[in-house]
Amino acid sequence: MNQVHEKSGAFEYLTTRKDELVGWARKFSIFPYPFVTACCAMEFMSVSSTMYDTDRFGAALPRFSPRQSDLLMVVGTITHKQAPILKKVYEQMCEPKWVMAFGVCATSGGFYRNYAALQGIDKIIPVDVYIPGCPPRPESVIDGIMQLQDKIANASHPIINEKF
Amino acid sequence: MDQGLLERLRERLDGDGREPVFAHGLLAVQLPREALLDTVKLLKEEFGFDMFLDVTAVDWPQREPRFDVVHHFYSTRDHVRVRLKMAVTEADAVVDSLVDHYGSAHFMERECHDMYGIVFRGNADLRPILLYEGFEGHPLRKDYPKEREQPLVRYRE
Repeated sequence: MNQVHEKSGAFEYLTTRKDELVGWARKFSIFPYPFVTACCAMEFMSVSSTMYDTDRFGAALPRFSPRQSDLLMVVGTITHKQAPILKKVYEQMCEPKWVMAFGVCATSGGFYRNYAALQGIDKIIPVDVYIPGCPPRPESVIDGIMQLQDKIANASHPIINEKF
Repeated sequence: MDQGLLERLRERLDGDGREPVFAHGLLAVQLPREALLDTVKLLKEEFGFDMFLDVTAVDWPQREPRFDVVHHFYSTRDHVRVRLKMAVTEADAVVDSLVDHYGSAHFMERECHDMYGIVFRGNADLRPILLYEGFEGHPLRKDYPKEREQPLVRYRE
């Protein structure tokens, strides 16, 4: 009854902005959907396994359902025949969602300039981060993930409506 | 490699408008398209060419007849190859299909039809295999504009 509330020295509360808190949480739980079509897959395997370990950024656990994933990693050449599938996968992802163009083919078509290759996935879906290279070095991929994390951390995160 | 077999085959094929010559270690035979089915039957039944490797075409835009249709065959018993070449015109780009002799001809002729527009008489299913429905033209012909795109998804903006 007469117990005196003693301060222990630990943080009992802290103040922050809602967007910062949500952004901080979201940037470390990027569940990728690997849309892997071509040789960049080898570099994708390398970057997600032990040596480079994208799990440090919370971006290692692939979800093979677009409905459970946050990041669409487009790894490899997209042909015009493949494009409707990519578009459908993108549309099935729940908000919030981000897209990474992994390698030059996904970014711009790369060295393919012909009847078959789509000249960059940004012709059909919006892209948040582009990673150059044919294939990209793992360090480039990690840099791309970190840039995406910065983008997520600094973005607005409406979780109930546009105002909150 | 059994050079003796190829030499016997060359002598057997000579005549009837066929011109067999040795090129790059295999026997290359120029022949009129009417002779295709007989030649293939002979290759398969008498000389044991049991594997149909590929059929493709070559586009010579300045030449008349414009296309060469090229077949390759392989003998898994004797490890030798034969190439058959037939010239066809653009207006009448038709050759006989090999589906009655080799099952694999179904898909390979579809690909050749996609890319060059060669029609294979006797192949009932020449739907696109690498291309998609609605694709206009034949992309490996030299007069196909190399930057022409036929997207299936409408571009943004």
